[in-house]
Formats: sequence, structure tokens, C-alpha cells
Amino acid sequence: MARTLVSTIIAAHSTGSPQEGEICKVRVDFAFANDITTPPAIQSFKAMGAEKVFDPLRCAVLPDHFTPNKDIASAEQAKKGKEFAQSQKMLYWEVGRVGVEHAFLPEQGYILPGDIVTGADSHTCTGGALGALSTGMGSTDLAAVWALGETWLRVPPTLRVDFVGERPGWVTGKDMILALLGRIGVQGARYMALEFGGEALSCLPMDDRFTIANMAVEAGGKAGIFVPDQTMLEYASKRASRRFTPLYPHAQASYLRRETIDVTNMEPVVALPHSPDNVKAVRACRPFHIHQVFIGSCTNGRFRDIEMAALLLEGKKVADNVRCIVIPASYEVYNQALEKGYIKIFADAGAVVCTPTCGPCLGGHMGILANGERCISTSNRNFVGRMGHSKSELILASPLVAAASAVTGKLTDPRDIATHEFFTRLEGK
Amino acid sequence: MSHTIKGKAWAYGNHIDTDVIIPARYLTSSNEKELGKHCMEDIDVDFYKRVNSGDMIVAKENFGCGSSREHAPLAIKGAGCSCVIAASFARIFFRNAINVGLPIFECPEAADSIETGDEIEINTETGTIENRTKGKVFSVTPFSPFLQELIERGGLVPYVKEQLRSERVEK
Repeated sequence: MARTLVSTIIAAHSTGSPQEGEICKVRVDFAFANDITTPPAIQSFKAMGAEKVFDPLRCAVLPDHFTPNKDIASAEQAKKGKEFAQSQKMLYWEVGRVGVEHAFLPEQGYILPGDIVTGADSHTCTGGALGALSTGMGSTDLAAVWALGETWLRVPPTLRVDFVGERPGWVTGKDMILALLGRIGVQGARYMALEFGGEALSCLPMDDRFTIANMAVEAGGKAGIFVPDQTMLEYASKRASRRFTPLYPHAQASYLRRETIDVTNMEPVVALPHSPDNVKAVRACRPFHIHQVFIGSCTNGRFRDIEMAALLLEGKKVADNVRCIVIPASYEVYNQALEKGYIKIFADAGAVVCTPTCGPCLGGHMGILANGERCISTSNRNFVGRMGHSKSELILASPLVAAASAVTGKLTDPRDIATHEFFTRLEGK
Repeated sequence: MSHTIKGKAWAYGNHIDTDVIIPARYLTSSNEKELGKHCMEDIDVDFYKRVNSGDMIVAKENFGCGSSREHAPLAIKGAGCSCVIAASFARIFFRNAINVGLPIFECPEAADSIETGDEIEINTETGTIENRTKGKVFSVTPFSPFLQELIERGGLVPYVKEQLRSERVEK
């Protein structure tokens, strides 16, 4: 049987030869939960009568959603996770070292090509940028993985997406995944795996690939996975915390469907309220006035994202009456931005730079919206009430669109405030 | 054990996401009853006040899309709902509902016909949904044998418990 990439990985982790559509048991290489999803996982773990996690170096607790703890209830919740992790001798990091889970784990080499990774967070699919079957689950499912080191999966059909053409400097990973979401819709890949390929990926930086994989779940996907190439293997080899074996799709793999997206003439795009598939070219939108800009999250808080925003904001000012919040997704990113002088650029421009947290993305803390407020956000969801009041609005965008809009105070195409040379310089970075 | 679920329907549209089922601002608790008080709050402010024990949520495509938060099916249970009928479910919510023991039924025809206020009767043995208000009967898409076994054993917790116990006996 010619297998897709996800099917190859599942077969390598199970005892039989499971066919598409079949449910099978698979070994899991790494399993983690966050401050919100760990407490219910502990409860299920205990109810299962489990005493020890299957391998403490493959199980992790990463407090990142409400941390640094926003109130007593969140502090109690984070404390429960910490005490459990310590009692199990599992991987655990305190604020100041950990970052947003989906940025931090790949950086630290815990998610690797060929792996099966489960996380009690829907954006676990971000790990697909490393050629892993990395998928989100609930807390009870995660508890079962911690107890047994395995889980059940259905071998999903695969939707293959090829990005082709030559990518202009203003087209980022965010524009590419939004373009796909606009085409296939929020359930276009429900119960499926998305497999990404095509010549336009060969020179696409890892940070952009993480952004693309991150939003696979916004199409309903179980995974959004990249075929290993030199860029990916270099990234993984440099950081790997253990040995890994990259896996590949078979040449004659049968796909449920194929989509091809040409990036050559692509424009900067956004997702308008209240759905990630409500996608339009920025120039086709009316110039929505905004109250807030958020640059960060597991979608766009990586170094290249912060760099693009900083270079665009250099020497400029955030518009009066606009709050611009920048949150590097990890301390590695934070420190790199500090060394490059980007934090100063943000401060000089009138933006606020916060410590790594998921906070604003899920309406947790550090950037909650009031009734009637509108925010341009580099995060992944613009559902009703996602970032605060149920009558607030979110527009999803790339860091370039977000930074350009921060300067003008309204939704802005970055080409309207930056030169062609600027984008050429970005391509070289 | 009764095979009948009876209740009044609360009907919603496509893509009801986990953020409206239970907004993140309440995720500093994983207590079912506490979460239930805020169920559906951002699209239906008075849902918790108006819903009666045994009522059911009926929705169209992709119910439960978004977050992995298990708090979503817990909130639905905590609000007193007996089950969810939808044209289709998002995959993480689907697993979570089975794992926390919230009955879910996939039936596009029923989801299409049922309106808020309709009296619904579900027979889990025959796999039928009856809209008593409109006098219509629909068949539920059956679960795969593995999922049926998981549900019959009482969900994932007892399933893993049994597995761990047999592993200890083997050792």
C-alpha cells in the first residue's frame, strides 16, 4: 500500500499494518499538557488508577496560558500542574524559561521528524512543521497517553496541498495558510490530515512553516504536516533532544484530494470576524479602524515574525489611540530580539513588549478587548468573544499587516507604508 | 438501564466553537457545575437560566470546533443537558465527549429539521431520533465497533484502568 506521510508515521508506530479509515493503537513519542488542561488530566490519570507516567522524559507540563498567573484561581491551577510534574519527575519549566508550548517544544528539540506527539491543546498540530504527526487531544485522552504511552487513532485520509510559484517578500506563512483556509473552509479538512508540499516551500523559513502547520486545526485537520527537507532536518538535528528517524510519503500515495496554491501573485490577506475562513485581500477590505494590535501567539510569535514587525516599525510610531502589544513566544525569541535591538524599536515606537504567554490570544489576560473594540491579531482564531467581550472583533493577519496597521491605526496593506527594497531585504533574512 | 433520552431542543447553526460553548475566561475551573453556569454564554446569554434538566443542544455542521478544552463537553453536562445532536462534530470535541460521558449523536437530517422548543425522544438501542413536535423519525449514524466498545465499557477511564490492571497481573 502506498502511504501518505501521516499513514507512514502511524504504520511505523503500530504493530499491524493499519489501512486508511481503520482505528489502531499507536506508540506515542511525546505527550504534554498546559496549565489549563493539566488539572483535568491529573484527575483522569488518578481515576485510571495510574501511578507513573510511561516515561518522565517524554511527558511534560508547560504552564503558558494564564501564566504569569493572572489571579488566585489560575495560580492554584498552575500549582497543581507543577506539583504533579515534580512528583512524576516529568519535564517542567517555570516562567522565565518556558514559552508558549508550541514555540518552546520544537525549539528545545522535543518534537522531531517521524514522531507521534500528542498535546492537550488543539494547536499541537504546529509540530507538523517538523514532519511529526503532532495532534491535539483533550485532557482525558492525554492522561491515557501519560499512563500507557499509547493512544488510539484513526488513519485519516489526507488532503495534499502544494504551494507553487515564486513567493514575494510580503507573502508570509500566515498569508499562505489563510489563503488555504479561505479556499477550503473551517471544516475543509475535518478528520483529515493536511500534507504540505510544493516548490514554494523549499525556500520557506521554518518559522513560516510553523505558522502554516499551526492553523491546520482551523480547517478541522488532525494534523498539518510537512515533508522533511534539508531546512527541516538541519533545524531538527541542531536541536534534537533524542534520536529521530524522518519518515516520508510514498511516491504513489493516494490522496483524498489535492489543492494547489500559487503564491506568485498572492497579496497580503486577513481573516475578518468571526471565522478564520472569512479571508479577503487587505486591499479588498474597507479600512477598518482599530483599537489594538497583537503580535505574538503560537501562530506568529517566533523570531522571524518579531523581526518582520520590528523592521517595519523601525523609526515609525504606533498611531495615537492604538495599543500595540508584542509578545515573543519564547525566551529564546525574546533574547534574540533583545540582542538585535528589536525590543528597543518596539518601545521607541510606543508598543508594549510582554513576557512570553498565551494570554491575549484566548482572552486570558494582557490584552482583553472591551465592548465594541476591534483588534488586528497575529493569532489563529477570531471566534465570537475570543479575545474578550462578545461584541469585540478580531481580524487575523500576518505580523507585517499587523505592524503596518499599528502605524496607521486602520487595516493596512504593508505595501502601502514600506518600499519594494524593504521586502527584498526581508527575503534575504 | 434506560435506552430513552427525552428533552426539549435548543437549536444552533454551523461551527459552534468551544469558545462560545465555554469562554476561556472561565477556564480557571474544571468543575462541571461551575462551567455549566456559563455554557453558551457568548451567543446565548440566558442559556443556563432557560435550559431545563434533560434538554439537548442541536446544531448543524462542525459542532465543537476550536480548542481541545475538555471543559466544553463538561460545561454542556454541567448545564444539565442530556446530549448533543449535530450534523457533524469536530474531531477533538468528538473524542472529549465520549471520554467524559456526554452522549452525542451524528444525524444531519435530524439536525436540519429540529428547531428550538421541539420535543425530542432518542432511543439509543434502535439508534433513532424522534421529533415528537413535528412527527418525524431519523436514524443516527452508528459509531465504529471500537467506539461502541469504548462507550459500553464506560469510557476511556475504566478502559485504561482495566488495561493497567491486566498489565500488573501479567507482571
